[in-house]
Amino acid sequence: MDATLLKQVGLTEYEYGLVVERLGRAPNHLELGMVGALWSEHCGYKHTKPLLKMLPSAGPRVVVGPGEENAGVVSIGDGYVVALKIESHNHPSAVEPYQGAATGVGGILRDIFTMGARPIALLDSLRFGPLSLPRNRYLFNGVVSGIADYGNCVGVPTVGGEVFFDPAYSENPLVNVMCVGLAKADRLLRARTGRPGDLLILVGAATGRDGIHGATFASATLGAETEALRPAVQVGDPFTEKLLLEACLELAESGLPVGLQDLGAAGITAAAVEAAARGGHGVEIDVDRVPRREAGMTPYEVMLSESQERMLVIARPEDEAKVGAIFEKWGLNYSTIGRVTADGLVRVLAGGEVVGELPVRLLTEPPTYRLEGRPLPEWIERRRLDLSALADLRLFATPWDSSGAPVVSDVLIRLLASPNIASKEYVFRQYDHQVLVNTVVGPGADAAVLRVKGTSRAIAVTTDGNGRFCFLNPYVGAMIAVAEAARNLVCVGAEPIAATDCLNFGNPERPEIYWQLEEAVRGMADALRALEIPVVSGNASLYNETEGRAVLPTPIVGMVGLIDDLSHVCTPGFKAEGDLVVLVGPPPDGVDPASALAGSEYLSLVHNQVRGEPDIDLDLERRVQLTVLEGIRRGIIRSAHDCSEGGLAVALAECCIHGGIGFRDWAFEPGGRLDAALFGETQSRVVVSVSPGQFARLQELARNFGVPLTKLGIVGGQRFTIKGIVDLPLGVLAEAWRQGLVRALEGAS
Amino acid sequence: MRFGIVRFPGTWSDLDCFHVLSEVYGQDVRYVWHRETDLSDLDCVILPGGFSYGDYLRPGAIARFSPVMGAVADFAAAGKLVLGICNGFQILCEAGLLPGALLRNNHLQFRCQWVYLRVENTETPFTLACVQGQVLKIPISHGDGNYFADPETLAELERTGRVVFRYATPAGEVTPEANPNGSVNNIAGIINRAGNVLGMMPHPERASEEVLGSADGRYIWDSIIRWVDGRNPA
Repeated sequence: MDATLLKQVGLTEYEYGLVVERLGRAPNHLELGMVGALWSEHCGYKHTKPLLKMLPSAGPRVVVGPGEENAGVVSIGDGYVVALKIESHNHPSAVEPYQGAATGVGGILRDIFTMGARPIALLDSLRFGPLSLPRNRYLFNGVVSGIADYGNCVGVPTVGGEVFFDPAYSENPLVNVMCVGLAKADRLLRARTGRPGDLLILVGAATGRDGIHGATFASATLGAETEALRPAVQVGDPFTEKLLLEACLELAESGLPVGLQDLGAAGITAAAVEAAARGGHGVEIDVDRVPRREAGMTPYEVMLSESQERMLVIARPEDEAKVGAIFEKWGLNYSTIGRVTADGLVRVLAGGEVVGELPVRLLTEPPTYRLEGRPLPEWIERRRLDLSALADLRLFATPWDSSGAPVVSDVLIRLLASPNIASKEYVFRQYDHQVLVNTVVGPGADAAVLRVKGTSRAIAVTTDGNGRFCFLNPYVGAMIAVAEAARNLVCVGAEPIAATDCLNFGNPERPEIYWQLEEAVRGMADALRALEIPVVSGNASLYNETEGRAVLPTPIVGMVGLIDDLSHVCTPGFKAEGDLVVLVGPPPDGVDPASALAGSEYLSLVHNQVRGEPDIDLDLERRVQLTVLEGIRRGIIRSAHDCSEGGLAVALAECCIHGGIGFRDWAFEPGGRLDAALFGETQSRVVVSVSPGQFARLQELARNFGVPLTKLGIVGGQRFTIKGIVDLPLGVLAEAWRQGLVRALEGAS
Repeated sequence: MRFGIVRFPGTWSDLDCFHVLSEVYGQDVRYVWHRETDLSDLDCVILPGGFSYGDYLRPGAIARFSPVMGAVADFAAAGKLVLGICNGFQILCEAGLLPGALLRNNHLQFRCQWVYLRVENTETPFTLACVQGQVLKIPISHGDGNYFADPETLAELERTGRVVFRYATPAGEVTPEANPNGSVNNIAGIINRAGNVLGMMPHPERASEEVLGSADGRYIWDSIIRWVDGRNPA
């Protein structure tokens, strides 16, 4: 077999042999292309499927679990369900950031409205290299505008997400987009064939030559020739998407017995084959009936085009006119391109001839690989963090002290201004985060909160992931990603009910990358079990590397929480003069400083190191979350904010900035290292404020859950003060935090 | 009274306006499809926000040619109320029902944020529930909200009190810092000569329930309802 051709379709010699064996003959060019696309990592999950089985996916609220449909679905009561999914668009965004990110938004939206759910929230988890490099600024600005232009035009609010910068993402930025949709439980649609004889109706944009081999491209590493792959990136049209969205929701509302499947990676091929596999049928597609954007397209191009904004509808023949009328109302083109068959084959017709015929199961059952993972020795060595070599903080800079040790106040300001910690308002103010009038808490808090109209309920949504922790220990880092996502939801008063995950890794065929992948999935699984949160959907993006330089292993966890009573929504900002500030969880210097500082932003920013071994106690984590959640539900806690990047001092400062009010009266006497106490990123900690009269109730709650509390100080004034250690005007901190990202963008140019 | 909410392909604030008028206010309200031409059952037509026809070519440039806009012009000529919000304001300018134009924001970025509006004229059907100089907290969400008019038009708008809302500080001062998009004279909303067609970039429907951060948009809905009810005694 021609090696170039195999490389083009992304199959190995071994895999080609399997195809021939299962088929009993050599596939023709079209068939080979179809197999290649569906057996790509992107569509076929060859390396991740065996690992993903580790993740817990059952729970009383689960309506649709992972892999069953285009998105997972959980019940939130009152007859409503929530659909959620996260997906990556890393490879396209690395080559063409604007369209790559835009079509990432388009794709995940379709996954949600395919289910008959109205998309009500988008979140973006983004990773870039440092903004000091021009190419990273280009990627950053391109991705942000791509997301803004697409999401704003479609009219779905972008309510959250994160942005993080690290040199490991310089060549391979990560663009993960999560979408959450809301539906009436009895209006959910399925992406499956109904019965033989049903029609396949293709609706939406015409099919062009864009995005051919997109799935294969997304399953390869990047290199010098990547620029030439720009034509593999699709081009988005949010206006058509909006029409499709409304038409599909009208179709769901009509109650007609239809199946809906969106066209994403591997285009018509994947859509038809996946729907047929779910329904246990075959499909027959006549490529001559597919509306084209350009003349002269071959069956191969038509079957594998990834032109955006298309949807496959499976409808009964007698409903064809009714379905068509809905699309006509919305000004959408449609065409019946085939039908469902009983023979379990996907048959492609062109010019009245059969030009390809494959068993559906051959396409949907790629070989899976379980490899032997092995970390690089230098990665394990990185876990050692020798603090004796690092100067601890000093309180003041004095002319006679030549140690060069960092000064507390300077470090606090530098951390607040670090693009990894600073306000992301520059980004999210470019996104409409209010349309659909559900946004109770918008971007910038621990999690976003959206009310569910017509009920007293609300949902909270967040995404999380820390590549540095995962690099140092993928098992623990992934546990932390899960724990932090759940903690963020708890901080706004929500009970976590479902997760979706996106696995961003390098080339899994390398043993060390496979090791990271396996360890991370194992960590996620253990944390999800400990916190009793099912995973209902997910996505894997592997091969995020350029010439052997992989991204940090970055599992991103998207999570949805439920708030039963909208009157108990909590936000991070301090609320009132005189309130007590309390740390829920391990006390400021009660943990091992080396593990507190491991992988911290402080260590990276001030000491230019990514080292150490992060740690988390999942049992304590669970009890801390229960304490905070109960405290909010009972009206004891007035503000809550998770301690994450930058540690306790940064969390306290952020509570002040959000609330527009200062902090004082904390007489802290560190028993150990001051940097670990103030800027260490020990897990399972939440800064809360309570009115003084409620402290006893908080204590009782914490005692019941066996959780330590530390009284820190008092809310008030316009300064940020830790007695004898820091005393700064709040305005200085707020300025550093508000302007940090913009300054990094401008200062770099 | 009865409200009509126009839906163009690409409109997205239609659902939000409908929610506020129907659920928050319990008003009689219906959608008006862009192909409709009979608005005789309505007292007030709302052109909501969104990206009608994808805002391709220029915001509002295609929507102005849709069949419903002829009917909206007749409706306005008959003295009935027309409220254009965001994309609706852009469409009204393109259609010539309001003077001036909405250019790309001066910083070239989309902006979604809370702004403060100083009410400059309370003698309109849309602001009669406000007091002169009152400050309303209402959000914007647009990429093309930079209001522009030629000097003569601008002078006439100012002279005749047709600037209804101006971007201001929370204290009501009209400053360059309070201007989110470069609009001339901080203009956020204007009214036609007859006083029955109002265009505004901010979204009052997003500020009609305390739980969403402000209920100041209700002054506008209250005004409209009071004005129409005053003319159609039950």
